[in-house]
Amino acid sequence: MSTSWPLWEVFVRGKRGLNHVHVGSLHAPDAEMALRNARDVYTRRNEGVSIWVVPATEITASSPDEKDPFFAPAGDKVYRHPTFYAIPEDVPHL
Amino acid sequence: MADDLELRFERTVQSESRIEPRDWMPDGYRKTLIRQIAQHAHSEIIGMQPEGNWISRAPSLRRKAILLAKVQDEAGHGLYLYSATETLGADREDLTTKLIEGRQKYSSIFNYPTLTFADVGVIGWLVDGAAICNQVPLCRTSYGPYARAMIRICKEESFHQRQGYELLMTMMRGTQQQRDMVQDSVNRWWWPALMMFGPPDAESTNTEQSMAWRIKRDTNDELRQKFVNMSMPQAEALGVTFPDPELEWNADRGEYDFGQPDWDEFWQVVKGGGVCNEQRIAHRRKAHEDGAWVREAAAAHAAKHARKEGAA
Repeated sequence: MSTSWPLWEVFVRGKRGLNHVHVGSLHAPDAEMALRNARDVYTRRNEGVSIWVVPATEITASSPDEKDPFFAPAGDKVYRHPTFYAIPEDVPHL
Repeated sequence: MADDLELRFERTVQSESRIEPRDWMPDGYRKTLIRQIAQHAHSEIIGMQPEGNWISRAPSLRRKAILLAKVQDEAGHGLYLYSATETLGADREDLTTKLIEGRQKYSSIFNYPTLTFADVGVIGWLVDGAAICNQVPLCRTSYGPYARAMIRICKEESFHQRQGYELLMTMMRGTQQQRDMVQDSVNRWWWPALMMFGPPDAESTNTEQSMAWRIKRDTNDELRQKFVNMSMPQAEALGVTFPDPELEWNADRGEYDFGQPDWDEFWQVVKGGGVCNEQRIAHRRKAHEDGAWVREAAAAHAAKHARKEGAA
């Protein structure tokens, strides 16, 4: 029997008001143990108030090889940025 | 197409941006990183042993709690780094096997024995101090997951160094016997600490390519010099000396001159001839084998519950 535990990706919320951020990965037999191990490995100094663990195999990622075409739709839409619009300097609060 | 990828890789590295796990990278870059990060991870794991040796004999509850926390940190550092190697496609079990079969190395410093409790202090001060010198520039290394692991590790190493120095200050305020114990420990660890930066630049085979790839940011000799410069005022404040007759301030250079470690001894320890090489690996192998039933039981428990949930 293979004793190799699956890989889990770990996300930690540093404090209330912040997003969970990816901090690394670890091996654990199940989700509950992954959470406990994540606490011991990644939050030994109060680095977090909440932890998510996700099986690494469950993550779908965009491929860097197709980086340019994949993000191209946003590339030519400068009008989505406020700086695209010229407003006279003397108009306040805009 | 391949040229295109290579060009993009080069440009990313040159512009001080980071290479991330799914990016294209040259095979040599990947292999060098796996070798270096695995060796670093193994060092953290084996590094638990010399100090772990003193946990049960720490002179007070305070010192014991500190030492436990420090050794636990070393385990954590090993895990951050193994996690970084896995983003490169390395397999954790394979790395552990390579370590206990002696096919991958770890830092030779851990093949020296810890003879007295003063060694716990000196390891924190000089060994972790040298590690910090090596590791701070690695926070800017070109591979993202490695750099991020190093940032985390460096923050924690600062505690390691300070607890060691504080321990030594306490001993230096004690009896003459305690002061002698500190000096004896410094005498034994000074040269091995200087060896931690690796062989002189002229003999370091990997440095040039690693610097071009910005994996490595400073040469071995540059880091060694920096470490000597940093350590001298700390030794003076502590009231100990280093066992090097050539150690002297050079006003022209604005740096300390110092002697070379015994490089024959260095290579002898690297090749397995140190005092503790066999003991360290045997201990790691035993821990791995003795833990097999725990890994199997936890996996069986998880499988059983997965089946139950599937049936429900």
